[in-house]
Amino acid sequence: MEWAHQIEHADIVHRCFRCGYCKFPSDYVDFNCPSYKAFGWDTYSPGGRMWLIRAWLNGEIETSPHFAEILYSCAACDNCKEQCVFPRFKDLLPEIFQEAKEALVNEGKIPPPVRDYFKAIAVNGNPYKLPGEERGKWAEGTGLQHFSDQEYLFYVGCVGSYDEVGQKMARHVGILLRDLGISLGILGSEETCDGNEVNVLGETGLFANLAEENIRQFLEKGVNKIITLDPHAMNAFKRDYPELGATFQVFHFTEILAKLINEKTIAPLEYRTKVTFHDPCYLGRHNQIYTPPRKILKSIPGLELVEIRRNRDDAFCCGGGGGNFFTDIIGQGEDSPARVRFREALDTGASILAVACPQCAKMLIDAAKAEGKEDNLKIMDMAEIVMKARSK
Amino acid sequence: MSDIFKSLLGIIGERGVSNTPEELWFYSRDPGVLTPHLPDFVVAPKTTEQIQKVIQLANQEKIPIVPMGNGMALTGLVIPLKGGIVIDMKRMNRVLEVNEKARYAVVEGGTSQGVLKAFLQDHFPHLRHSLPDAPPATTIAANVALHGQGRLTQQYGFNSDMVTGLEVVLPTGEICRIGSPSLGPYWFSKSPSLPDLSGLFLGWLGTTGILTKVGLKLYPNKKMRDVELFVTDRVELVSEILYKLTHLEMLEDINIWFQPMPLVFKDNYHITIYFTGDTEEEIEFKRKMIWDAVQEFIDTKDAGFMGLGYMKGTLLETPQRSLAAFADVPKGGGFEYSGPITLIEFFPQYAAKVIELAKKYQLLYASSARVISGGHSMMFSISFAFNRADSAMMTRVKEALSEATEFALDMGGLPWKPNFVEQKMTLERMDPNTRKLLEMVKKTLDPQGIMNPGNWEVS
Repeated sequence: MEWAHQIEHADIVHRCFRCGYCKFPSDYVDFNCPSYKAFGWDTYSPGGRMWLIRAWLNGEIETSPHFAEILYSCAACDNCKEQCVFPRFKDLLPEIFQEAKEALVNEGKIPPPVRDYFKAIAVNGNPYKLPGEERGKWAEGTGLQHFSDQEYLFYVGCVGSYDEVGQKMARHVGILLRDLGISLGILGSEETCDGNEVNVLGETGLFANLAEENIRQFLEKGVNKIITLDPHAMNAFKRDYPELGATFQVFHFTEILAKLINEKTIAPLEYRTKVTFHDPCYLGRHNQIYTPPRKILKSIPGLELVEIRRNRDDAFCCGGGGGNFFTDIIGQGEDSPARVRFREALDTGASILAVACPQCAKMLIDAAKAEGKEDNLKIMDMAEIVMKARSK
Repeated sequence: MSDIFKSLLGIIGERGVSNTPEELWFYSRDPGVLTPHLPDFVVAPKTTEQIQKVIQLANQEKIPIVPMGNGMALTGLVIPLKGGIVIDMKRMNRVLEVNEKARYAVVEGGTSQGVLKAFLQDHFPHLRHSLPDAPPATTIAANVALHGQGRLTQQYGFNSDMVTGLEVVLPTGEICRIGSPSLGPYWFSKSPSLPDLSGLFLGWLGTTGILTKVGLKLYPNKKMRDVELFVTDRVELVSEILYKLTHLEMLEDINIWFQPMPLVFKDNYHITIYFTGDTEEEIEFKRKMIWDAVQEFIDTKDAGFMGLGYMKGTLLETPQRSLAAFADVPKGGGFEYSGPITLIEFFPQYAAKVIELAKKYQLLYASSARVISGGHSMMFSISFAFNRADSAMMTRVKEALSEATEFALDMGGLPWKPNFVEQKMTLERMDPNTRKLLEMVKKTLDPQGIMNPGNWEVS
């Protein structure tokens, strides 16, 4: 069957000049587009992708597994949106990429790992194909309460619920916040996927189902305020759920910790160490949350914070965004974004790489192993660092 | 799988070779208005030796080779006019060496302007190179291969004049070093006191070899930069103003621009004067010298300095991101220009021609000229923005630029980075003995005619 490809913003795709500013950070020190850095073909850069989408809309190229790979290798890190020189048009770049992926979903021509990801979410409510009953296992032994009428819902998301690294981070954050007197509860086995990646990967129907179900459940339980472990979940709750009627106040856990530091609820003890911080894309570029994690680290006496060369809105993505954490379309290898990012962090001379996202944590831990440098730079989540400083 | 594809895989590896419709489509074109042509393969090597092996294979199989940086010449110089293998150089993106005291850098053949700029800022903040206003993804090797210009061209000449040595893979596969690196480890001179072999490659648009390493002069990066904008509505005075300014021998860069939109700029000729210093005193001294140099035009009320306000930051930015944004003025993502190298005294005639062409072809123009080497010449850009979705407009741009090149040649100018049609126009007017020499050089270096064929082809 012949498909007439169509996307909502088809009428402006031709406006990309492919000048290449989108490949770089603001000072041009290296390529800052994760998929371009990994693959090295112009087709994998934002400009290349944009030109190919136009060719595809015009019928000059066909839908193919390679075209799908090019689209799905995008890490949705928003660097292109940050750096494109065309005002207003730049804001639509991520949407155009998402729309093209949505069109592939509708045509049923998506890469197998993406299909499997969607299926797992649809069937199991999580990408790990694990039973929903196991979703709350991460909290066993922590004493964290099920959400009833607490001030905050602590939403941990799929990675925090099922992945070993994510579970550890979820425990650190949950325990720390509770110990600091935050009134919070968790959903445990009742929690389901937030759908951020489902949406970015173009399965907007499935995303709507997930979002509506979450909103329904949150409302039913009387949730007003949400603390997320994962910046990806925070992004969906803050940016996409309101379009479906959600009115919750949403915070990333680093925002809460920074607030507690402001209020002097946290009084860390001296912790002599050198730390660098990796800005997660969904915390930083997508939601402009740069200061809270730094405020937390700087509040610890004796802790020296050194910045990675590319930081804040110039930060280089770990490569896990855009569903690549699950689909691994960007792939491994020396030029994989996570390994590039880990080496960049290593260059700071820090002893600890602080992370604020369970997906980044996992990506960077794997990268450290691949580089054989786990002992040179320890990856710790923000809560873990604060806990350590409090226990000194 | 074809034997050639297999051979390329053997040389470069799986992630460095492609013949998929997507890569072939993309690498068949540049952002300009010329018709695309598909390559047969695209490769992205990481080493000089890989390039050497690809060229040896291409010689054996008589396959065209087209080297590509970021494809930003806009004049189709990376379009594989006769198919073959496009070599994307951008994976060779390292700064290999900086000799601080001798003020030169050595970079790989795919190193971008942006990467060198950032590297110098990080490690040698008191040094800089002549950064073009083209996007930072453009490569240094491509820029010198087409006699590009940059921020320091007013002071030191074309960026190709700043080359201090080359490593080239010849069309027959030999790796050859040009200048001082041919005799020792230092990259301080591309020729003196040797015969200048760099001329066999600079300006040849990739038709005589592939530049795999470039030595490039660096210059003092002064602590401060400033800018003044001198404006006149009398086009005939521009060359005289420039003569006075270049006499100062102290300016970083001088650009002259005019455009009809927005209306605040209409009918005025804007001379942007850049200058640098290490102290406020030096800056103020130079500012006074600039004002003194053009005082007579102020006295006669023919010209004056314009308050910069919000524009100052934009003008001082390097590279100037706003220049790329011009492409989207007709909401169409397209921009192309003809940039003949010519005498400054012809500024009024060129300015009139731009306006005439824009009117005739119903196009939006913006023109900018850059003074070269203290006023020995200028690059006069005849620039048109276009809507990429409007094929009729693209055709009009093509025709307007072709007419601009005819005009430039009539005026004794030299087309800069000419497309293959403009090259033919140029060769037709060239002194026959010069043309013959060009042909001899090309045939000697590239006996099989595999290097970027369709370009600088005498016969």
